[in-house]
Amino acid sequence: MSIVAGLHWLPEPQDWRARLNALATAADPSWESAATLASLRLDFIRTNALDATVRSHFGTAPPKGLATKPVRLAILGSGTLAHLHPGIRMAGLRRSVHIETYENDYGQYWQEIVDPASALHEFKPTTALLTLDGHHLAAGVTAGMEAEDVERSLREVLERVTGCWRGLREAFGCHIIHQLPLPVHPALVGENEQRLPGSRAAFLARLTAELRARAEIEGVDLLALDRWVARDGLDAWHDPGMWHRAKQEVALPATPVYGDLVARLIAAKQGRSFKCLVLDLDNTVWGGVVGDDGLEGLVLGQGSALGEAYVAFQDYARELSRRGVILAVCSKNDEANAVEPFEKHPDMVLKRGDIACFIANWNDKASNIRAIAQDLNIGLDALVFIDDNPFERALVRRELPMVAVPEVSDDPLGYPRALADAGYFEALAITDEDRARSSQYQANREREALRASVTDLPSYLRSLEMQLLWRRFDQIGLQRTVQLINKTNQFNLTTRRYTEDDVLAIMRDARSFGLQLRLLDRFGDNGIIAILIGRMANEEDLLIDTWLMSCRVLGRQVEPTSLNLIAAHAQLLGARRLLGDYIPTKKNGMVREHYVKLGFTPGEADGAGATRAVLDLGSFVPADTFIEVREG
Amino acid sequence: MSEAAFYPVLTEIFRDVFMRDVALRPDLTARDVPGWDSFKQIEIIVALEERYGIKFHTKELDALNNVGDLARVLAQKTKT
Repeated sequence: MSIVAGLHWLPEPQDWRARLNALATAADPSWESAATLASLRLDFIRTNALDATVRSHFGTAPPKGLATKPVRLAILGSGTLAHLHPGIRMAGLRRSVHIETYENDYGQYWQEIVDPASALHEFKPTTALLTLDGHHLAAGVTAGMEAEDVERSLREVLERVTGCWRGLREAFGCHIIHQLPLPVHPALVGENEQRLPGSRAAFLARLTAELRARAEIEGVDLLALDRWVARDGLDAWHDPGMWHRAKQEVALPATPVYGDLVARLIAAKQGRSFKCLVLDLDNTVWGGVVGDDGLEGLVLGQGSALGEAYVAFQDYARELSRRGVILAVCSKNDEANAVEPFEKHPDMVLKRGDIACFIANWNDKASNIRAIAQDLNIGLDALVFIDDNPFERALVRRELPMVAVPEVSDDPLGYPRALADAGYFEALAITDEDRARSSQYQANREREALRASVTDLPSYLRSLEMQLLWRRFDQIGLQRTVQLINKTNQFNLTTRRYTEDDVLAIMRDARSFGLQLRLLDRFGDNGIIAILIGRMANEEDLLIDTWLMSCRVLGRQVEPTSLNLIAAHAQLLGARRLLGDYIPTKKNGMVREHYVKLGFTPGEADGAGATRAVLDLGSFVPADTFIEVREG
Repeated sequence: MSEAAFYPVLTEIFRDVFMRDVALRPDLTARDVPGWDSFKQIEIIVALEERYGIKFHTKELDALNNVGDLARVLAQKTKT
């Protein structure tokens, strides 16, 4: 029997039928209650059933008040696509992203892309998933062909695929995901298949390599199914019987994982991948209980396979941190005991400095995880918590359903795999900021230490030697700008989400400005910490469309300094007044009084609680702060 | 197992696939059950393959006409 590619990192559902039935018969169920069911280990039948239930309650329109941007996904391909929808939609629900799906008439992907009167154009996708199967791509290639004819075929297919990407981009300006084909062709030659130019298997392998390179040039994100075939085996992903019967390239049992792969790319595009890995210590990072077994009694390092497995897991965690994932510790221990191995055990790969937030005490883990989120100024929905103890996992899942808790055994062998397969930290671009992040959190702690040693706030702020560097939006900062616009929830006055194309439009608009602000201080570079977008609402008034800021830099006078910048840019556009909107969400209560605190005249709230405050630039006096401002 | 012994499992799988109870009897065909199209047929087949760790022969699937055929093939394939 074949191994099934399944959602093994999610917990097995208990009482599945009863829970699904409870959702089905609920009068007015919440989107969150449905999301809880979507976060279980669902096979394709359960996925289909949950999808049908969710659609019967919520229809096809996104629920109101969702913090994420709804997605209209066109699934475009050469084979049968119908069985792919539920897995994708339910994986979106798992990440709180509403995905409405569309598929082309059988085989008509190209016609629908180029025909402005097609149903695809009417659908207006925000994301397109292009899935061209291996049989379709290698059609016409045969073993009898001359090398140059094969070469010509390869170029033709590449042009066709690239043409689809460009057509989609031109028509919709949408995010494009290209699914690489499954290697469905049996070998004709064997180990050195590439020596037969007309081998379809060799052709597809070459095409896949070329598509990787083209996708980089064209800015297309890949869904690399070949990677999953290497992991699970082709039989887990492709069933020739079902191909012949129904032209399903991806086998039914693999569709929940397939959906998750699509949804994680969509979530990553919105800047909603997880950001922080929270580690339990005893029997997760090392073997044994440090408080009982002592430093010498820990199973860690050379000498046993188990000890090496813990080292391998630590190494994976450290590699994740070097690419931008924040590490934290949440352990039931006396702090001194918990820290000791980090400082003294020779086989520890992780050092105290790798951990941005270290909490070891006897409180319950849910409270401690809340404290970690608060300390790091990130949302709970950005945390992944790994623990060998099923009790702790269940407690955190129950108390904090937005925290991801991978289902693992108590064997550390499986930990790296669980984290990797779950795709929590899926990234589409690795920015310099990502790589520098761990050291930024380290510098934050040094700042805190300085604050404790300086007695009054003004002298502390002065001693930070802060510089605010502003730049207009530009290509270099584009990824980071979009990332911040889409993931900042707390210090965000209007929570408007914009795509790359939206940002490019702002850059081109002469009556708007978009600014990215970087904050430096004596401890280092905090990176881009704020985004400001202003646009002339009429001849006199500049509307502050977007004002968002990283909570890392709260309380450092960045707000009044930013207002000085807004005022200056507004006056360049001829504005006499600033209009500051506040649109309340579940998460941005902290900036409710933002404009009033800065001296704006408050306005009436509308029915939804949104307010518009006004500032007269004629009488505005720029605030004097401890931050030096310059363009750069 | 006898053919009859497969009906409880088939009933369970049909309930999961169609999200309602379907009264199974040997002469029940896809035409008798609203929504039983070729996609649902594949879902039922794949669910059974996973459940019993078996693989249906292409010929066996082509020859299926009703629930009775399905139970008969299952009984043959799981015979040890």
